[in-house]
Amino acid sequence: MRHASILAPILGALWAYIGCVTVAVVMSFSTGEAFRPGFLVTLAFGAALGFIALQVRRPAVLVPVVAVVSFLLSALGFGALVIGDGVSTGAEIVAAILMGVTIGAGLALILAELPSGAINRHEAEDAIIRFLTGFGYIFFTAIVLIPFYVMVMTSLKSQSALLQNPLDFSLDFSKGSDLFRSYFELFGQFNFGSYLWTSFVVSVLTVLITLAFSIPGAYAVARLRFQGRAAFSRSILLIYMVPMIVLALPIYIAFSITGLRNTLIGIVLIYPVTTIPVALYMLQGYFRGLPAEVEEAGLMDGLNRLQVIWKITLPLALPALASVSLYVFMIAWNEFLLAFMLLDDPSKFTLTRGVAMLNSSEIPREHLMAGAVIATVPVMALFLGLERFMTKGLTAGSVKG
Amino acid sequence: MSATEPSATPPTGRGALQKREARLAWGLLFPTLAIVSLVVILPLLAIFWISFKPVGLADLRPTVPVVRESVRGSGDDLRLEFRVRNTSQEKVIDGVTLTDTLPLDLVVTEVPEPCTLTAGNLFCDFGTLESGFNERLVLPLDFDGDEDALEELLEGSEPVMTGTADNVLTNTEFTLENFARVFDGDEFWEVLWVTLFYTVFGTIGALVMGLFAAMLLNKSFRGQGILRGLYLFPYVAPVIAVAFTWVTLFDPFSGSANALLIQMGVTEETINFFGQRPLALIMVTVFEIWRYFPLSFLFILARMQSIDSDMYEAADMDGASPFQKFWYLSLPMLVGILSVLFLLRFIWTFNKFDDIFLLTGGNAGTRTLTVNVYEQAFAISNIGAGAAVAVVIFFCLILFAAFFFKFISREEGL
Repeated sequence: MRHASILAPILGALWAYIGCVTVAVVMSFSTGEAFRPGFLVTLAFGAALGFIALQVRRPAVLVPVVAVVSFLLSALGFGALVIGDGVSTGAEIVAAILMGVTIGAGLALILAELPSGAINRHEAEDAIIRFLTGFGYIFFTAIVLIPFYVMVMTSLKSQSALLQNPLDFSLDFSKGSDLFRSYFELFGQFNFGSYLWTSFVVSVLTVLITLAFSIPGAYAVARLRFQGRAAFSRSILLIYMVPMIVLALPIYIAFSITGLRNTLIGIVLIYPVTTIPVALYMLQGYFRGLPAEVEEAGLMDGLNRLQVIWKITLPLALPALASVSLYVFMIAWNEFLLAFMLLDDPSKFTLTRGVAMLNSSEIPREHLMAGAVIATVPVMALFLGLERFMTKGLTAGSVKG
Repeated sequence: MSATEPSATPPTGRGALQKREARLAWGLLFPTLAIVSLVVILPLLAIFWISFKPVGLADLRPTVPVVRESVRGSGDDLRLEFRVRNTSQEKVIDGVTLTDTLPLDLVVTEVPEPCTLTAGNLFCDFGTLESGFNERLVLPLDFDGDEDALEELLEGSEPVMTGTADNVLTNTEFTLENFARVFDGDEFWEVLWVTLFYTVFGTIGALVMGLFAAMLLNKSFRGQGILRGLYLFPYVAPVIAVAFTWVTLFDPFSGSANALLIQMGVTEETINFFGQRPLALIMVTVFEIWRYFPLSFLFILARMQSIDSDMYEAADMDGASPFQKFWYLSLPMLVGILSVLFLLRFIWTFNKFDDIFLLTGGNAGTRTLTVNVYEQAFAISNIGAGAAVAVVIFFCLILFAAFFFKFISREEGL
């Protein structure tokens, strides 16, 4: 391992295999045609490449060389990348270029700072870490993206087409707006417009009620001195740990008896209670971090405590309020268990309950996936638009699962 | 002057200001306390109560007498009928009465037992209705007007029935059978084992993955923000959307994962990922790891970015290699956050219900304690047994929480 001409081929072989698998998966998922990595050939190819890359480290040279060699090898049927019959030449060329970029450029980066000849431990580990980093990016991006890609693409394809070839996610754009048929049907026949609205109203109300309860509570815990403060602070966390399913059972019974089941009022009553402890916990942490001097100055100037909260603390805490609101909105929007147990009447479904309804053998898969997309897009848009607040909220809300 | 000289020691006890502050604090906390005790403490007490009771799903519908009023026949044979039923097949209803107001000008030729008719007020006292009681009260009428109008006239007042039945939720009948059923033999141990496997491996897996992801992103480069946002996707998306996507992706017939594995030559025939033991349990654990690694990654990254870089520079000067720096410098700095995350995630994974319920419904050897609550209460319709499982969960939770506070309060000062 302490010699570059040993380490480089090893890393080259491993990297070539990773790159080859990546290209095969990407090509299969986008064209539906047969691509797979050959095992031994790829390793040998990569080892040779690692050796060459030690001499020539420039990506501008490595990328075209790998692309051309890999194209020729595939065409001859040895294949680092084994390509099945009937794959169009265009796809083969794209695959070769991808191979060139991932394997060639990747290896150039991995071996960039590795000197030829004998190397010390530091240099060897640096190269290994670069290799692991490259692998990490590919791995994490793949595991996150593939499910979402499948979700969106399945919603645009027909079930019979997918049964024929489950890998073929290519879209037939000649169908025009017919591509979005399952979405039209969900909004037209399955009432998803109303579910979307219900979910929105319920989530917004949950946020408002949660804030109304948790702001005073959090302030009291953070700022005021009273007996039992520490115990209270702990019991918030404790309540936060009670599993919802344990509470859902008695709530179901109580709602059945009082007739609150199947009403949105019942849902709006119960959602905030699941979020108040989290919000209180997050907010009190933030309030503690605010300088007490500003509030004391307000008290000296003749404001009472409530006025201090309203006029000084809250404006200062706006970013925290935004984080908490977003986080609570996300919890309420994604909530499934209570909606599932308490709502049976399709006219009162929230979005998650509506999607659960689509999970039946009589309804084609693309409808289910379209429902999943409809449920995901708003919360994702909100998240991407306000990511900074959101990550802050998530970090502060730590414990909630 | 000397009489009012302030004492050198601070006042002891609680002064007026302090009392006022405490009052305000409790005032501000009151709404939260009230609603939390209503929706958390009360249900928790209820669950203890129910776990000792023989309650089924059907018992939630109250047992009440039912009556339907109708006009039958025509001409001379015209009659008013009340059909009285006890819909319960098991329980008797006590003190059953029926009252209805009939139009005053209606001539009833015969009033059946056990009714009386005074000035248009019909009153019947049935006493006790046996279970499954179903009989007609027939009141022959003498009427020669428009029969449709008569029906409308009678609909003007609905018959009212009263009666009380024994309610299993409130009576004093207790049983230990629910617990006997829960702890019954092999099933309980299997559920416990599945729960432990899922919790331990789900927690550790998510932590390790989160640690790797955090190390990847703990450097600034172009696109770092995008990747960080992307890696949070699994956690932010609704569980129902991602769970059904996984089910679709790993479907044995039309799933892309199987097609891909076959094409790559990894397997010969399709694998039923969520349908066979022990693969289903591994798959739900993998799902748990996939969905929650973003959370650990976020925390670990935040902690990593607050580590002072001087330390690493000093280590560089001393010639430490990258792995040594990670092992001897970074990891010890992260032990605190890792242990907090471990305990919290452990508790939360233990509590998790939605994920498994949506992926497998608790089949194929994936029934954890929380899924068992639902399974007992709703699938088998035995609310009492479900509550008993919930009580077991609650005691596990108390155990974890005690451990958590003992350990974490030192760690994070919560």
